[in-house]
Amino acid sequence: MLTKRIIPCLDVIKRRVTKGVKFQNNIDLGDPVEMAVRYSDGGCDELVFYDITASAEKRPIDEGMVRDVAAAIQIPFAVGGGIASVEDMSRMLLAGAEKVSVNSLAVRNPQIIADGSRAFGAQCVVLGMDPVSNPDRARFPSGYEITTNGFRVRTGMDAVEWARRAEQLGAGEIVVNSVDADGTRAGFELTITRLIADAVRIPVVASGGAGCPAHLRDAFVAGGADAAIIAGMIHTGDYTIRQIKEELLPLGVPLRMTW
Amino acid sequence: MIAIVDYRAGNVTSVQLAFKALHAETVVTSDAAVIRAASHVVFPGVGAAGSAMQNLRDLGLIPVLKEVTASGVPFLGICLGTQILLSSSEEDGGTPTLDLIPGRVPRFVPTSACDKVPQIGWNQVHFVRSHPVVKDIADNSDFYFVHSYYPAPADPVFSIGTTDYAGITFTSMMGRDNLVATQFHPEKSGRVGLKLLENFVNWDGRSV
Repeated sequence: MLTKRIIPCLDVIKRRVTKGVKFQNNIDLGDPVEMAVRYSDGGCDELVFYDITASAEKRPIDEGMVRDVAAAIQIPFAVGGGIASVEDMSRMLLAGAEKVSVNSLAVRNPQIIADGSRAFGAQCVVLGMDPVSNPDRARFPSGYEITTNGFRVRTGMDAVEWARRAEQLGAGEIVVNSVDADGTRAGFELTITRLIADAVRIPVVASGGAGCPAHLRDAFVAGGADAAIIAGMIHTGDYTIRQIKEELLPLGVPLRMTW
Repeated sequence: MIAIVDYRAGNVTSVQLAFKALHAETVVTSDAAVIRAASHVVFPGVGAAGSAMQNLRDLGLIPVLKEVTASGVPFLGICLGTQILLSSSEEDGGTPTLDLIPGRVPRFVPTSACDKVPQIGWNQVHFVRSHPVVKDIADNSDFYFVHSYYPAPADPVFSIGTTDYAGITFTSMMGRDNLVATQFHPEKSGRVGLKLLENFVNWDGRSV
């Protein structure tokens, strides 16, 4: 049986892993390669790295770091932040990333999803999206509007329509981030995760808000997610990946238990 | 020296890096002479069967692949490399492939909304027989998969491992003589995948 994936997210600034709440008050957590090895040895199923200042600085994520991570771990990982072209994607994949994540750029230029998918295969192209709830149902039938640039810019695009369009363009996976839940460790935003999971036939990843193992079960069961991104709950040492998996297994979640 | 066949079918970085982690020397090549001289041959691949076969024809690699697979040299197919060892693929409107193991490559047909195609993620491999390349690997170990089509060898005798997905049990690892081939990615399957690659490096090509 295909297992549900648990994916630690490492936010990177200048080759250091940081963690902030609602994108503020960042604190230093350590070296990205060392943390990747620790989490891979600890039983995570995949990793994701976001260079959180790359986009504003108009440069792609640190390629040297991607190469070092790829040499150190033998599980898949995705990278995001500042990916502005198919050439950027190609460099990250050749450096050893399994997938490249696009977000704001894909809103401005949806063609990059199609071009990346054609060049490298859909499995390499992840669409990250940052929906916020918007009660104007006439404009946003799903009740959620897509934002960009770290939730700062509203786009006028309906979240479910954007997910369907991205799937048609060739995205291989969709990560649903929640600004309201991000860093709060109060649980994933299940409503929009479920709406997206029901609307597309590609894997959906819940992101933002994980604080305890039950939140992951909710993302998989109520949210319909295929994978869940976690950050604070393991970065702080409150949980290990093994503890999370051992709590989820008796709840009927299919998981990879030996590594 | 292990030759990793480069036929412009996806990215071989992670295959190279996994062998490097095992301190095994590799060369990425599309040179028939280098492939012919190798102690082991790895045939990876990601992408579509039609363009992969076209690339093999353009590079003139089909005769050397047939030669080394018949020569007794340990040969490992991965993902698309595995699929095109069979006789034909349903991909790209039906593509004749290398026919080194009789069989075909159908597409997953989802049986419910839960069956997403491609299958992406970790799934279990049940070993239906022993093989030197899976020595000391626990039955039902999880390996990493990314694929929409799956190997269907004509005779179950070629099957080494099976996996359940989209309402069927398919052959996720197959072999014949000096040939082994995985639908999953051992190079992305953590420690258990490295163990499989280490077994391959230590294999003499005899499938006893």
